[in-house]
Amino acid sequence: MAEGNLMQGKRGLIMGVANNRSIGWGIAKALHAQGAELAFSYQGEALKRRVEPLAAELGSDILVECDVTNDEAMDATFDTLKQKWGKLDFLVHAIGFSNKEELEGRYIETSAENFALTMNISVYSFTAVAKRAEALMTDGGSMLTLTYHGSTKVTPNYNVMGVAKAALECSVRYLASDLGPQNIRVNAISAGAIKTLAASGISDFRTMLAYQEGTAPLRRNVTIDEVGNAAMYLLSDLASGVTGELHYVDGGYNIMGMAVLKDKDGE
Amino acid sequence: MSDIADRVRKIVVEHLNVEADKVTEKASFIDDLGADSLDQVELVMAFEEEFNVEIPDDAAESIQTFGDAVSFLEKAVN
Repeated sequence: MAEGNLMQGKRGLIMGVANNRSIGWGIAKALHAQGAELAFSYQGEALKRRVEPLAAELGSDILVECDVTNDEAMDATFDTLKQKWGKLDFLVHAIGFSNKEELEGRYIETSAENFALTMNISVYSFTAVAKRAEALMTDGGSMLTLTYHGSTKVTPNYNVMGVAKAALECSVRYLASDLGPQNIRVNAISAGAIKTLAASGISDFRTMLAYQEGTAPLRRNVTIDEVGNAAMYLLSDLASGVTGELHYVDGGYNIMGMAVLKDKDGE
Repeated sequence: MSDIADRVRKIVVEHLNVEADKVTEKASFIDDLGADSLDQVELVMAFEEEFNVEIPDDAAESIQTFGDAVSFLEKAVN
């Protein structure tokens, strides 16, 4: 990770790190390397024991449980931050969920129940935490969420999560408009497919990885550290003029209308 | 004891924080070694990385014990 002081004196909450393969962890490391002070939130005991050592590794002593479907839990999380820090400079939302059974086969089979659950956890939660973070971003701030190109182009098995990511990307624009006057910026990173714990819920994810590796102009998949560096830029003052933006960190995969079937040298 | 079994055992011991002698052929990750469902997924990812192989979803689900992992990987690597 590039070390420096671009985030010196800034404090923020990272929501949704699951383990050391998480994109949120890549972001946390990049922010830490630039001097940011971090808090982490997790959901449930199984994730707590995974996040605890990671938070400690970056010298964070604020680790809170936050169920983003529960108003009181979200209130409590931001109350904790208010008590510890008084204000907040940035927020990273790396949260999404859908029942695994519906991340395969036909999108049309999505149940009303899982549609609502997926939208609530993967979309509305960003708006819900943004509202609470707004109250603490008294000197301006920067918020970031993570999305995927399955929002825009059909990606087999991504299904209802693609529909949710489309709504999430749209909510980034509305939130950016709402919060811009207070100098709070809201952006999204659309990362290429990365093998994370969450991605293991997507049926045949390895085919997605292989296809994107072969199709992307850079001919490889991206790493959590690459997403982390881009996230650090968006959360830092380097990006002070950037809001409402969808920033791709995907090796260029999204620009391709068709894979190059054979390189000139026949590879 | 094969080299593959030793490497698998090392991963299991480190990941699940268990004694090496508990990791027997029949030992179930979840029932005997205290793994949760996320550990199971993480173990499969660690095996893929260590042996540079791809473990498809259905195969991953069938890997329940240390012995399952070793026999899958012995076939996959050779």
